[in-house]
Amino acid sequence: MTKVLVPSGALGLNYDQSALMRGLDMKPDIIAIDGGSTDSGPAYLGKGMSKYSRSSTKVEWQGLMEARAKAGIPLVIGTAGTCGADSTVDWMLDITRDIADELGQSIKIAVLRSSQDPANIADAFENGRVTPLQHAPEITRDTIQGCSNIVALAGAEQIQAAINTGADVIIAGRTTDTAIIAALPLMQGAHAGGAWHGAKIGECGALCATNPQSGVIMIDFDGDGFTVTPLADGAKASPHTVSAHMLYENSDPNILYEPGGYLDVTDAKYVALDDTSVRVTGSKWTTAPYTVKLEGASLAGYQCISLVLLRDSHYVKNAQKWADDIGEKCSAKVADRLNLNPTDFNIELRLIGENASFGTLETRSVDAVEIGVLGIVTASTDALANEIGKILNPYLLHHPLTQSEEQPTFAFPFSPAEISRGAIYTFSLNHIMTLDDPMDAFALEVHDIG
Amino acid sequence: MANLGSIVGKVRSKNAGPFWLTVDIFCETPQAYEQVVSSLPTKTIADVFRVNESVVKRFDLSELNVVKFSLPRPEIQGSMADRDMHGASWAALISEIPV
Repeated sequence: MTKVLVPSGALGLNYDQSALMRGLDMKPDIIAIDGGSTDSGPAYLGKGMSKYSRSSTKVEWQGLMEARAKAGIPLVIGTAGTCGADSTVDWMLDITRDIADELGQSIKIAVLRSSQDPANIADAFENGRVTPLQHAPEITRDTIQGCSNIVALAGAEQIQAAINTGADVIIAGRTTDTAIIAALPLMQGAHAGGAWHGAKIGECGALCATNPQSGVIMIDFDGDGFTVTPLADGAKASPHTVSAHMLYENSDPNILYEPGGYLDVTDAKYVALDDTSVRVTGSKWTTAPYTVKLEGASLAGYQCISLVLLRDSHYVKNAQKWADDIGEKCSAKVADRLNLNPTDFNIELRLIGENASFGTLETRSVDAVEIGVLGIVTASTDALANEIGKILNPYLLHHPLTQSEEQPTFAFPFSPAEISRGAIYTFSLNHIMTLDDPMDAFALEVHDIG
Repeated sequence: MANLGSIVGKVRSKNAGPFWLTVDIFCETPQAYEQVVSSLPTKTIADVFRVNESVVKRFDLSELNVVKFSLPRPEIQGSMADRDMHGASWAALISEIPV
């Protein structure tokens, strides 16, 4: 009934061109691709920037714009530019204009904006319309207003509004991963449980199949459920690969919350139609008051890092003791020379090759050949972080384990040894906001170009 | 004593949003699934993270031969104390649990 072609799990991950062409031959109704997630960390939202390169994004987006023009169907990207803030929506719009100009395409572009004014969110919080999800950080009005970017995750309704403009290309800010796939099938009367379930299965492209890096899949939605088919050579879907995808990055394997309700796949049935396609029925959708999830990132300080390598076996063996001694002595020197309180800055030495992944939760220890020591200085300003990084430098270069031994010299791979990381960010919100109308927190605009 | 990783197909850990971590143990066979269900109490997973057992959600999914655990992330993703942006390396630590 409604066929959605998903080229890959995210724009920037590449897709199989011949599989995309095979998808076009199957006459899809829309091409939908995700442009981001929170998975790469808070800095992309904090700074309002894309993780993927402009050139990769442009090459891949151009391929999809050409496919769209060939098929005469809409093309939609959700969470444009990794974080889906207005700045990355504008970045994506700029890329789209460049491509349309180069290809000589005359197109209508719908832009859906998801960025929020922190003052409005703070008001909604004080009015009880912003409520915490499980394990959310404690927040105040100041926390909210301290966010450099806040986005709300759009659902199917806002994407449907964009589709209804008759746009050829839809560039959406932050949306749920599933909304861009579920929107059109829901508009055309597909089974609601099937639409959301199929969208969740398809949101990472061929990750629900064998040969996950091939990307391209087709999801065919109807009145009872959906059928998913990976399109690359050799890619197969089975009831196991499809049902297992509900586990992926989802804290509950059966329930998925979306704006306006939740999906329950407890009673879903998965049937192999052949060795490539799987049909799914029995998924349930339950409506609920209309809420959208909020994501916010705020400045968490500035960092300056250094990397030094220990290869002398005496130091490798005593690396933790060496690092602890430096941390103590350097912190005292910083407090003294810069007239700071110990709480004004942080110096951490992470031992790569010993326990850098898990810290004190590491359960194994072996005799390492060498150890990388990652010095991480965090402070309230960029200048202060770099100043402290320079005070740390002589310790990392020459600090002896005891005063009685000869002065050692360790290996810096870089000059300058201290590397400014600039501003760092933290995720500050894990909350939902109640809306009277789905469009209340979103803005839609249309651009005719070419 | 065998390690968990040696009796199952794969252990995967990933973020489930910035505030949660989820661990999927793909046992592959009903035999391995039964062995994991009977020999891996939720407390063992809680102990890996040094958290209280009550914060760890457990899902025994016999149709998939999967045992899944979800818990609040040890540190908020990407915060100063976080060491692994995608939360994927925890799978190595969990694979090494003796069963």
